[in-house]
Amino acid sequence: MTDEIATDGGASTVNAGYDEWIDALAEGAGYALVCPDGHGSLPPRRVCPECGSSSLSEEALPDRGEIETFTVVHVPSPRFADDAPYVTAVARFGPVRLTGIVRGVDPESGGDEERAGSDADDEAVEVGTTVEVGVGERETDGGRIVAFRPVET
Amino acid sequence: MTGVRVAGVGLTRFGSHPERTGRDLFAEASERAFTDAGVDRDAVEELNYGNFMGALAEHQGHQAPLMAEAAGVRCPATRYESACASAGVAVREAVRTVAAGDADVVLAGGMERMTNLDTEGATEGLAIAADDLFEVRAGVTFPGAYALMANAYFEAHGGGREELAHVASKNHENALPNEYAQFRKAVSVEEALAAPPVAEPLHLYDACPITDGASALVFVSEEYAADNDLDAPVAVTGTGQGTDRMALADRADLASTPAADDAAAAAYDDAGIGPADVDLAEVHDCFTIAEVLAIESLGFAEPGDGIAAARDGLTTADGDLPVNLSGGLKAKGHPVGATGGSQIAEVTRLLRGDHPNSDHVADADVGVAHNAGGTVASAVVHVLEVAE
Repeated sequence: MTDEIATDGGASTVNAGYDEWIDALAEGAGYALVCPDGHGSLPPRRVCPECGSSSLSEEALPDRGEIETFTVVHVPSPRFADDAPYVTAVARFGPVRLTGIVRGVDPESGGDEERAGSDADDEAVEVGTTVEVGVGERETDGGRIVAFRPVET
Repeated sequence: MTGVRVAGVGLTRFGSHPERTGRDLFAEASERAFTDAGVDRDAVEELNYGNFMGALAEHQGHQAPLMAEAAGVRCPATRYESACASAGVAVREAVRTVAAGDADVVLAGGMERMTNLDTEGATEGLAIAADDLFEVRAGVTFPGAYALMANAYFEAHGGGREELAHVASKNHENALPNEYAQFRKAVSVEEALAAPPVAEPLHLYDACPITDGASALVFVSEEYAADNDLDAPVAVTGTGQGTDRMALADRADLASTPAADDAAAAAYDDAGIGPADVDLAEVHDCFTIAEVLAIESLGFAEPGDGIAAARDGLTTADGDLPVNLSGGLKAKGHPVGATGGSQIAEVTRLLRGDHPNSDHVADADVGVAHNAGGTVASAVVHVLEVAE
């Protein structure tokens, strides 16, 4: 088991619930689980982690979310060796926050507008940036990742 | 309920010992603890041992029996794992066991071996303290997670890299005389600011190093200390633990640490004290921003004010409330599964007056240790007081 973690990060493991969720996200049909009190969570769940309700329904994620915080990772784990530097962000999508990698931005800018612009199409990410969510690939090994992309507002 | 005393403390030098086995590191720390305590190994009734990533670093699970052998004790032995709070929870259970009257003598502590891995391997090992499906697969590293918290804090309260650099500089200064510290090297605010980025806004000197080391503590009941004429002037008077949602994204707030709020409230209540009674603290500064969040959770600064505490001198060695006089995880080092025990050892030495930085806190009676796991999904706080 430890060898597997070290080599492929458990990528060959089937994770029922999560795998279906990221499949749906890739098809543009991402969802959250929501309880009657409106608490959002991500699968697999049997009860709401906030209130314990077992009445969970799937609710479509909004088309757009907003970045609440981000970082530019320069020292990666092995699975992301060829991806660094890259931007990881936490973004609010309705009842849940998602953690993902921001594509279409310039990581070298470090979130600094003045340092952005090595690629004319790429802008600096900042708190409050509006993003859409889908599924991308790690450059290092092709593994699937939650990917955000800034959209015009 | 009975009073719990720290009879003895033992540490290895924290640092890079890639050739040394975990069992040898823990053997050294426990030997020092027994010598310091004046307690015979045969008296130990339980071993509570903390370790986080031994399965990855040493291909070794089931470490507790191994460490009982290494320490030369024969008693029920259990490994505790709560990421970087592994030794904190091991200590907490030792304290509760003695307080409940279930044992008179418990050995607790922890060990981590990390530098035999390369930086990528250690980064991967540390990352497993986060949610694998929803965080690690999204590129979250351990520094990256704290960088997300730092940016959220700056957004909510202001402050920036310069204030964090003061935390780094302070803790490096404190480590200079500490014989157990990994880095006994001064780092100026300017040097910290100029260091390369790890996960922005955190740079090299915002991050603790990768460290090998072990800690061990001998806890005894007050009655045992008296009956055996032990010199054990420091008591553990409060213990508290808190748990939060595992993934940062699932927390109510990204710029505070509610699990540590809960742990602190419980520990203060247990000890019958409040933050104003505390004379010194060892807090879990795996990253500079973590010290800021810790002192806010411990009630030493209001939310939003913690960022300026080092810069303004509140938490420096000669400030009103010195924080991390050991050098902290930042400069003393962070062998993750040993850290929570090492903090108890440092607070004990500071209160007993035999720490190289004790002169800064000569009149101190009350110390606090704050140990956190992951991005503070786990937190443990202990209150120690001079009882004699």
